[in-house]
Order: sequence, then C-alpha cells, then structure tokens
Amino acid sequence: MIENPRVGLFVTCLVDAMRPQIGFATIKLLEQAGCVVEVPRRQTCCGQPAGNSGDKAGAAALAKQVIAAFEGFDYVVGPSGSCIGQIRSYPKLFADPGWRRRAEDLAAKSYEILSFLHDVRGWSPTDVRLEASATYHDSCSGLRELGVQAQPRALLERVEGLELVPLEGANVCCGFGGTFCVKYPDISTAILSEKTANIAATGADILLAGDLGCLMNMAGRLHREGAATRCFHTVEVLAGMSDGPAIGEEDK
Amino acid sequence: MTAQGKQDTFKQRAHDALADPNLKIAIDRTTNTAQTKRTAAVDAFPEFQAARERGAAIKDHVIANLDHYLIEFERNATDAGAQVHWARDAAEAADIVTRICTAAEAKIVTRSKSMLGEEIGLPHALDDAGIERVETDLAEHIIQLAQERPSHIIWPAMHRTREDVAELFFKDHQPPPDADDPASMVASARRVLREKFMSADVGISGANFLVADTGATCTVTNEGNAELSTTPPRVHIVTAGIEKLVPSTDHAMALLRLLVRSATGGEVTQYTTFHCGPKRSGDADGPEEMHIVLVDNGRSRMVGDEFRQMLRCIRCGACMNHCVVYRQIGGHAYGGTYPGPMGAVLTPVLDGLPQSRDLPHACTMNGRCEEVCPVRIPLKTLLKAWRVRSWDSQQEVGTVRMGLGLWGHAARRPWLYHLGTRLALPVMRLFGRGGWIRGMPFASGWTRTRDLPKPASRSFMSQHRKYGNGGPQ
Ligand code: SF4
Repeated sequence: MIENPRVGLFVTCLVDAMRPQIGFATIKLLEQAGCVVEVPRRQTCCGQPAGNSGDKAGAAALAKQVIAAFEGFDYVVGPSGSCIGQIRSYPKLFADPGWRRRAEDLAAKSYEILSFLHDVRGWSPTDVRLEASATYHDSCSGLRELGVQAQPRALLERVEGLELVPLEGANVCCGFGGTFCVKYPDISTAILSEKTANIAATGADILLAGDLGCLMNMAGRLHREGAATRCFHTVEVLAGMSDGPAIGEEDK
Repeated sequence: MTAQGKQDTFKQRAHDALADPNLKIAIDRTTNTAQTKRTAAVDAFPEFQAARERGAAIKDHVIANLDHYLIEFERNATDAGAQVHWARDAAEAADIVTRICTAAEAKIVTRSKSMLGEEIGLPHALDDAGIERVETDLAEHIIQLAQERPSHIIWPAMHRTREDVAELFFKDHQPPPDADDPASMVASARRVLREKFMSADVGISGANFLVADTGATCTVTNEGNAELSTTPPRVHIVTAGIEKLVPSTDHAMALLRLLVRSATGGEVTQYTTFHCGPKRSGDADGPEEMHIVLVDNGRSRMVGDEFRQMLRCIRCGACMNHCVVYRQIGGHAYGGTYPGPMGAVLTPVLDGLPQSRDLPHACTMNGRCEEVCPVRIPLKTLLKAWRVRSWDSQQEVGTVRMGLGLWGHAARRPWLYHLGTRLALPVMRLFGRGGWIRGMPFASGWTRTRDLPKPASRSFMSQHRKYGNGGPQ
C-alpha cells in the first residue's frame, strides 16, 4: 500500500453544479485515509451522456480529456459509481493502441470512493455520530459494474447512533438511468414510484446512496409526494457533514 | 412481424400500458413469483455459475460452427425419416408450413406454443389459408380467444388476470366456469381442447433444442400439450430457429437445467420430449410424416456481427421478469414478437432499427437483466451497440443530437464549461422556491412528476478554487 498516495478527485458534473458538499466530503474522507488529494481543473464530464446515447466519438473525445487530466496520479477517485464505471469502460472506446493503453492504465487505478476507502485503504470511520435511522439504495452502476455493495454498509455500521434499516428491493433500479428519465418520463416515474413506496415503508429518517443522479431522482419524487425523508450521499454522513441541509433543503 | 400496434409508437403503447392498473397487477403477480422462485432455484444450485459458463460456452461453440452442426443435424434427421426444409425468412417459413398443411389436406391444425411460430407470423398465415388453428397451450388458448399476441415468452397471457380469463371462457366455453376456481377453468379448457387434439390432421410445435448427433428435436412444456399436439395427428411439423442446435443430448440437458431454473424456478419441466423422426413400423403411435423447418430470418447475419452473443438466448424470460421497464409496461408495448431486454436486442434485427429504435433506448442500463441471464448474454453492451448504430445512422432525435453536441462542445473546453456553470447556476436558482424547482423551461421531462433540487449557488470548482480542499467553512 502506498503510504500517502496522490489521488486525483473526479468531481462529476452533477456534484460540481448541484451539491458541491459531496465533493468536499469526499476530499475529507480521502485525507483521513492518508491520501494527498488534488482536483485537476481540466476536468468536466466523464462522457456518459454521449456514451449512453451512442455517440462514440463524443464519448472518446471526453475520455481523452479525462485521461490527460488524471493519468499522472496514483489513483483517480470519484463519488459516483456510474462515472467511475464510465472511466473503467474507456478502453472500449479506442482502437488506437496508444490511447487504448493509456485508457487501460487509467481504468485500472480508478475507484468509486466507498470501495476505495474500504477495499484499497482499509479505512473506516471513527468518532462519527448521527442519531437517526437510515436506509440505503444500491445504485446500479456501482453495484453491478464495480461490486459496491458490502463496503458502504460496512462503513455505515461504524457510524455511532445510526440505525440501518433494510430497504426492500434495494438493488432494483430507481428509474433514473441518465437521459432515460427525461426521454421516457412516464416509465421512469412508474419505476420511481415503486422505489419511493419502498423507501416510505422503511420508516427511515434518511435515504442514503452513492450516486447523486439516483439521489436527485428519488429525493425529487419523495418531495413531490410530500414525504419527509431526508436524502444524503453516503460520503456526507461518513464525513460527519450531514448536520446541514439535506438534498433539496434550503441552505442557510 | 408486428401484427398489432405498428402504426402507434412505442411511447404511445407504453403510455397506454401504464394507464392500465389491471395490467400492473397481472405483471406483478407473475414476475414477482418468478423472481422469488428463480432466486430459490439458483441458491439451491451450487454449481450455477459454472453451469452458466458452460451453457454460454456450448452456445458459442455451436454458433461458431453453425454450418457444421446444421449439416450434421439435417443428415441425422433425414436418416430418421424426417423431412428437413430451409427457410430464409419469416414469409418463406410460414409459406412452407402452410403448404405442408395444404398438401396434407388439413382442416384442423393443433399448435403448441412456440415463439418462433409467432416470429414467422404462423397464426396469421394459417388463418389466411382457411385452416382451423387450435392453440393448445392454455395461455395461448386464452390469447387466441382474446385475439391478441403473447406478452411474455414463457407466460403468453400473463397480462390477463384470472377475472379476464373467466370472462373470456364464459363467452366461448360451455358450461360457464367459476371465476374463483382456476381448476374449473382449466377443466373447461381441457374439455374444449381434448376434442381438438384427437381430430387434428396436423400438429405444429417449436423446439427448445435441435440435437445434431441424433437428428432429434426437443420440446419442453408444463402441460403436455406439445405431446398431445404432435402425437395423434398424421403430420408433425417442427419450426425452429437455426440457433437452437446443440451438439448432443448431453448438451441439451446442460442447457435444460439452466432454462427451467431461470424460467420458472423449477428443477425440471413436467414434460420434456425428444422427437426423432416419424412413426416407425411397429410403433404404437406417432405421426406418419415429420417435417422440420429450419428458419434463418436474420440469424445467419447475426453470426457475423456484434450481436452474435444474442444467439445464445434460450428464451427463458428471466431478463424480462427482472427488468424494471418490462415490469411497468408489459410485453405488448414493445411492439415486436419478443419483449423485454432480449426483445429490445432482437426486434431491431428482425423488424429493422427504424421501426424499433425506441427499444434499445428505453432502458436505464441498470444491468439486472444480464445479471440473471443464464447464458451470460451481455444485454447492456448489445443495447449500447444498437444505440451506436442509431446515432451513426442519424436516427437519434434532432434535439437530442443538438443538446449533446452543445454539451460536448462545452465539456471539451474546461474554461468554457466552468464559466458556463458559473453563469447558469444563478439563473437556474431563480426558478427555485425553497430548496426546490417545481418547473423550469426545458426541464418538464423531469419536473412534471418530481421536483428538482435547487443547484448550488457556486459550483464545486469555483468554491474549491477559492477555499481549497477544506471547502467553505
Ligand atoms: S436473454 Fe438470457 S435471460 Fe433473456 S430470455 Fe434469453 S437466455 Fe433468458
């Protein structure tokens, strides 16, 4: 294990615009785990919107930018399973052996934050308290592309005062799916309503997940339905930063 | 082949399906049970992962050597006394079958459920030829009474509730069955069908496997209707896609274990029958003639391209049972013969991408389908491959193309992107009330049914630039 690895933070475009606190929480956790964190300014988006829409050239152009911005680091870490999943799939975008090699190198050292903390750094929280009950949704890309399932639960177990309530169908998609939710809003909402019903049935105060896209989707519907469930990214709780406004709550 | 709903669009069909509360009840009943049973069956099968690998390897091997096994199968089936026919496409296949029926002077034809039969439009072809067609699978019988198409590949009538069925039977069966008693309805169907089984001239079945080294065809049913459809009539016709080949009975058994557990969660299916040629002298029963129609219909094209892995599909239906989209809209909304994730990959092959471009797009890419697929078909990758073709052939909607073009343009210029975010956030925030946006231009797809959290007043990038790693305190 590298003692103090240099980690490049992949911010994700949603975190950048919608909830910067997730980025700062991620940095805080990485630093607690002994990493030296830098935020390359040449980053924007991982290219998922293009990649998922079939625009391979557009996705490859953004992939090159991410590769160039991050290849000098020991690790690339981001608070999103789907963006890291996209980075891990970069090699498929290149026929050119030079770029493919660089993409493979980057893919091999890219990690979703919770699996990085748990699996690579062997870190777990100490002295974090939160008196609440919470339920956890497994976002699909993290779960199925990166195997993020046990790690967040193991880390959340260590938060004092936090009661974890199992969520029925925790591993079932919430209906977000990137552009899917705006291209097929009827279907997306029908899927989402089943998810929010399951969340309500847990009676938990807080909903946690590891991807802001899914969280915004579920939080937005819960709010429209009048539910009082508060939504946070898992890193916010682990970093002890869940005392402020939850997603969609007015900031002070 | 899309008999119904060709004029209306996927979105319209999906919309209609979502508006039907009974449909949702029916889908939930069936797929929830299927999911639970499958999970239990897989948990009780410790070698399941290894069996999946083997299943995928068997299919890949056959696909890579399809010509070899087709020739071997034809030779052995012919030696066993069957007549083998080759059909390039759906029309040719349906034509061959109707001609055999006409030559046999068939008045009544019994048919045992086969998705390939649906794919080649056989029900219609027989109806058009004036031959009385009797669907013998209970669910297909219901579908026939309702004049519909299957909505699931294992439970064709799963979209119909018990109450619907009672109503259909009430109209067509005598005496009226009891809606609260499924057993009485089954008995009623049995009474109607039994007569037909014995008076049919031709029986048509599909095949779950074609065994190359024996020339046998294999059918799997839970009702025994395939046996009853194919044994009493004088003529037995099998229609099967060329990808159904397996080298030997042993390979068929290996795939069968995967098929049954993935489809119904059972360990075996009640009836598994291998048919090898027509009745021989001295046989107590069996047809006098056996015809096997081998159908290509786009499959040989798939062998040579990126959709090759789709030919592994053993039609178990697990992908649709676990698909969040299928579970909301049901099978008819897909508009093709095959619904759900496997249908979303196959329908563009069969019907063409322009007619079905919505299907690969109407997917959240959550990957649960390939997690449950017993032959490890990378459905997500294949759906993405269709999206690439859709993009490359300019079939992506203009506004989407333009939106993504603008996004890409900015995202490739970090200074412009960061400046754009800095300027856009305060504008977006103007639409917020409290912490939420309830409506905003260009965001109706989102805000019609859910609120949008108000964005940050300053982006992460600009806060980080100002305050560093610690962020604003
Ligand atoms: S794609 Fe896989 S899961 Fe779906 S029907 Fe075919 S074999 Fe079954």
